[in-house]
Amino acid sequence: MKTPDKSFFAPAKAWKYLTRKPVTIPMDDILTTPREASDRYRGFHVNDWEKCIGCGTCSKICPTDAITMIEFTELPDVEGSKPQRPSIDYGRCSFCGLCVDICTTGSLQMTKEYLHISKDPNSFFFIPTDEGIHLKKEPLGYIRDENSDLLGLEREEMEIDPPEVRKTSFIEMVKGFSKEQAIKEASRCVDCSICEKTCPAHMNIADYIRDIYTNDLETGLKDLYKTNPLPAVCGRMCTHKCETVCSIGHRGEPVAIRWLKRYIVDNVPQEKYSEILNQEIIKKANAKVAIIGAGPAGLSAAYFLSLMGYEITIYEEKNRPGGVLNYGGPSYRLPDNAFEQDVNYIKSLGVKIITNTKVGKDITLEELREKFDVIFASTGFNKGRKLPIEGADHEKVYDSLTILEDMKNYVRGEGPKPYIPKSLVVIGGGNVAMDVARSMLRLQNLENGESEVHVLSLERTFDEMPADEDEIVEGKEEGVNFHPGWGPVKVIVEDGKLKGVLFKKCVEVFDENGRFNPKYDESKTMMVEGDMVVMTVGQAPDYSYLPEDIQNKMTIERGKVKTNEYGQVEGVPWLFAGGDIVNGPDIIHGVADGHRAAQGIDKYIMEEKVI
Amino acid sequence: MKELKLYLGPNHPGMHGNYSVHMYVDGDTIVRARPMPGMLHRGFEKLMERRYWMNNLALIPRICVPEPDINEMVYSMAIEELSGVEVPERAHWIRMIILELARIANHLMSLGGIGGPVGLYTGPNWGLADRDLILDIFEEITGARIYHMYIVPGGVRKDISEETIEKIQSFLDYLERRLPEYEDLILKNELVIRRTKDKILLPAEVVWELGVTGIGMRSAVGKAYDIRKVDPYARYDQVDFYVPTANYSDGYTRLYFKYLETYQSIKIIRQVIEKMPKKGEVWNKISVGNALRWRVPKGQVYTHVECTRGEYGYYLVSDGEDKPYRVAVRGASYPQGLLGVEKYMPGTRIDDAALWMDTMGVCAPEIDR
Repeated sequence: MKTPDKSFFAPAKAWKYLTRKPVTIPMDDILTTPREASDRYRGFHVNDWEKCIGCGTCSKICPTDAITMIEFTELPDVEGSKPQRPSIDYGRCSFCGLCVDICTTGSLQMTKEYLHISKDPNSFFFIPTDEGIHLKKEPLGYIRDENSDLLGLEREEMEIDPPEVRKTSFIEMVKGFSKEQAIKEASRCVDCSICEKTCPAHMNIADYIRDIYTNDLETGLKDLYKTNPLPAVCGRMCTHKCETVCSIGHRGEPVAIRWLKRYIVDNVPQEKYSEILNQEIIKKANAKVAIIGAGPAGLSAAYFLSLMGYEITIYEEKNRPGGVLNYGGPSYRLPDNAFEQDVNYIKSLGVKIITNTKVGKDITLEELREKFDVIFASTGFNKGRKLPIEGADHEKVYDSLTILEDMKNYVRGEGPKPYIPKSLVVIGGGNVAMDVARSMLRLQNLENGESEVHVLSLERTFDEMPADEDEIVEGKEEGVNFHPGWGPVKVIVEDGKLKGVLFKKCVEVFDENGRFNPKYDESKTMMVEGDMVVMTVGQAPDYSYLPEDIQNKMTIERGKVKTNEYGQVEGVPWLFAGGDIVNGPDIIHGVADGHRAAQGIDKYIMEEKVI
Repeated sequence: MKELKLYLGPNHPGMHGNYSVHMYVDGDTIVRARPMPGMLHRGFEKLMERRYWMNNLALIPRICVPEPDINEMVYSMAIEELSGVEVPERAHWIRMIILELARIANHLMSLGGIGGPVGLYTGPNWGLADRDLILDIFEEITGARIYHMYIVPGGVRKDISEETIEKIQSFLDYLERRLPEYEDLILKNELVIRRTKDKILLPAEVVWELGVTGIGMRSAVGKAYDIRKVDPYARYDQVDFYVPTANYSDGYTRLYFKYLETYQSIKIIRQVIEKMPKKGEVWNKISVGNALRWRVPKGQVYTHVECTRGEYGYYLVSDGEDKPYRVAVRGASYPQGLLGVEKYMPGTRIDDAALWMDTMGVCAPEIDR
C-alpha cells in the first residue's frame, strides 16, 4: 500500500491548533466545580430509610458483594420489615445499578454525585441514607424504570372455574398450579423471609418456595411439616398474612405463597408422607395429654406432642374431626379430601381421635383430669351469634355456623336437605358471610336453576369490608347482590311468615379512634325481601365444659382465655389452651398455638417429673 | 554471540495492559521472545460459573478493557440463543449504535496510540480527547463511561432518547471533519511511516497457521472476513458498509485499516439512526420471575462478533440452572498475542517490539481473562 503524499506546507498546519480551545479540564477545576454528570449517571447511592424494609435483595444481586446488610437495633422491629439497612463498600462497588433495578420498595437509588477523594480508606464504606456520601442532597441519577425492572411483578394466573360452572358446583373451584406455573411463581420470590415473621406459625416460607423453584418437593414437604401439620388446609384457606407483607407486594402483586404451599402437598402422594418425612418419635416422656376439640389448634398440638413421644387423645363432639374445617370452609374452597390428607398423617403418628364425645356431657373434665397429665383445650368459637333485633328469634333466621354445617353435611350426603329459600338475606360482610351466601347460591341454582342472595354489610365500600377481595369479586361473578352500607333494624314477620329485613343507612362504621361504633342515618331505610335470613355477626366460645371452680381461677376477657406465651392457662397450670379461644378465629393462628402449647406442655411435664 | 535478556512490560508505556514479553536480544535484534501472561488473570471464566446470569454483566466487560461492549453483546447473544428470547427490534439497532461507537472509540485510541511507541505524543492526546466525547455519549445512554453494563440478554437496559441521537449525529459530523487531521498527523507522518512501513509483517501463511482474524487477516489474505458480513448479528445485514482488504500486511497497512474502518463505522451509525424504529420495547426478559432466579435452558452455544481486533466469541454451556455451567472466551488477539509473540516476534528489532504488540492488536486482558 502506498502512503499518501504530504504537502509541502504541511508543517504550517500546526499553527491553526494554537487558537483551538482545549477539551481537557484543569485538575483544580474539577475538584472545586466538578463537571455535572449526565442524567442517567450511576453515582453514589442514596437510600430512603422510611421506605426501605431491609429485605436485603440489593445485597443478594450485588455482583461484587459490595452491599452488606447491617442490623440497627434502634429501628422498630415491626412486621413487614427487618431492622437492617444496606451498607456499601465503594472499594468493591462496580456501579452497575443492579441493586437499584431490583430494589423491592424503590428506596435505594443512585445520584449524579461521583467524586470522592480521601486518604482514609474507611470513608469509602458508608451506609446510605437519603443523603449521599458527602451528606449533601444531590440530584438523582440512574433511575429504575419499567424497562429495567428486575423483579417479577405479575402473579402467575391461577386457573379458576368460570362463574357459570361455579354457581352450580361444590367441586373445588381453584385448580391449583401446574409444575410450570408453580416454578414460575416461585421464581418471583426474592428469598427475603420477611413473610416468615408475620406468619403466626413462622413457617419456613422462603425455604419451601426455593424447594419448589428447584423442584425438590420432598424437601418442600419436610419444610412445611417443620411448623405446620395442616399444609393442605392452609394451602387453600389460610388468611395468608404472609402475602400482605410480601416485599414484592410493594411494587407488584405479592407472591402467591398460599397456592405454592398447596402445590407441594397436592403433588406429593399421601402414601409417601411417612417415608419422606421420616419422623422419628423419640420416646421422651411417659405422659398422656388430652386434647379437647379436633380443630386446627388441637390437631397441631397433637402432631407436635406425639412427635415428642406423648400419648395423645383428642375428644371431638362432632362425628368427624376438623372443628371449623369440618363445617366452616365450604367444599368448593376446602374439599374434605384435602383435610383428610392432613389428618390421616397426624393419625398415622398414633394420635387417637375420639369423635361424638362432648367433654362436659359425655365425659367430664374431672374424669379427664384423672386419666391424663395435661389437658389442652382448643374448643374454638363454636357458637354462632345472632343480633338481638326484633324478629331475630324466627325459625328462618339462622346464625352462620348452624346453616354452614347443615349445608356442608347435605353436600357431603350426610345430612338432610336444609331449607333452600327463594331469596336469602345475609347480614355481615366478612368471609363467613361470603361462605354462607355463595354456598346457598349454589344450592338455589341446583334446586331452582336461579338464585337470589343479598349480602348487606355496615361497611360502605368493598375496601372496608373485612371479606377477601377475591371472595367479593367471585361472589359478584356468581350473582350475589351486594348492598354495602346498611345496618339491620328489624326482621319483618307477617302472620308468622318471614317477609324480609328492614335496613337503615350506615354513615360511619368506625369512630375517630378507629373503634367499631356505627352511626346511622335513620331517615333512609330499605326493605330487603327474603324468606330466610342468616346473621354472620361473629362467633362465640362455649365454656360450659369447664367446671365453675376452674373458670373462677381463669381470666376470660371478651370471650378469650388468658394464657402465658406457651398457652398455659393463668391460674390452672395443668390446663393449656389455644386456637380461637385464645387468639380469635384464624386457622393458622390455631396451628401456631398448637405448636407453642406443645412446647409449653413438654416443658411443664418435664419440670413436673423432675420435681 | 552474547545474549541479553530484556523485559518489555508488565509496566511499560509501550505495553498493552499488564502483560510482559521477555526478550532475549543479540545487539538490537530479538532472538527469542517469551510472552508472560498471568498478571491480569482474574479467573473470569471460573468466576462466571459462580454468578447469576444477570450478575455476570458486571464482570464480563472487564475481560476487554478498551472495548467492553463486545463482551456484553456476545454474552447476551449466547443467552438469547439458548433461551430463545426475541430481542426487540429497536434494541437491535441501539446495540449497533453502542457497538460502532465503541469501535470508533477503540480505533481512535489505537490510531492515536501508535504515537506512544513511535514517540509522537500528540497522537495519544488527540485520540483520548476525541474518545472522551464518545464516552460522554455513552454516559448519557448507559449511565457509565467505560463499563456500561448496558447490553443485556434480551435487549438493552434503557431506551435511547432523541436528544442523545442528535448528540451522536453532531459528534459524527465533528469526527468526519476531524479525521483528515488524524491522517495528516499520524498516517502522513514520517515517524510513523518509517517505523511501520514494510516492517512487522504478517504473511498470509502465518494468518492461516495461527488463526489470526480481524484487521490482521483481512490485510494479509485479501478476504473480507468480518463477522458482521459473514455471519451478521443484530441488524448488520440491513446496513451498507465496506470492509477494506489487502494482500500485504505490514504495520502501516493495519494502522491505515483502522482509519478506514472508522469511516465505515460512522457510515453504519448514520444508517442505523435513519433506519431504526422510532419507538418500541427495548428489553424482553430472558426468563420469568426476578433476576436472582432467572434460568437459561440446558444447552451449549458458540456466538461470535467482530471486535476491533477480530473474531470475539463466547462458548457457553448451560445446565438449565440460574448460573452458567461453563463459559469459554475466545479473545480475538489470543493467537497473535501468545503464540505469535513467541514464534514471530524474533527477528524484529527491540524498538519494533512495542509496535509489534500495537499493530497486531494485542489486548492483554482478553488473553489472560
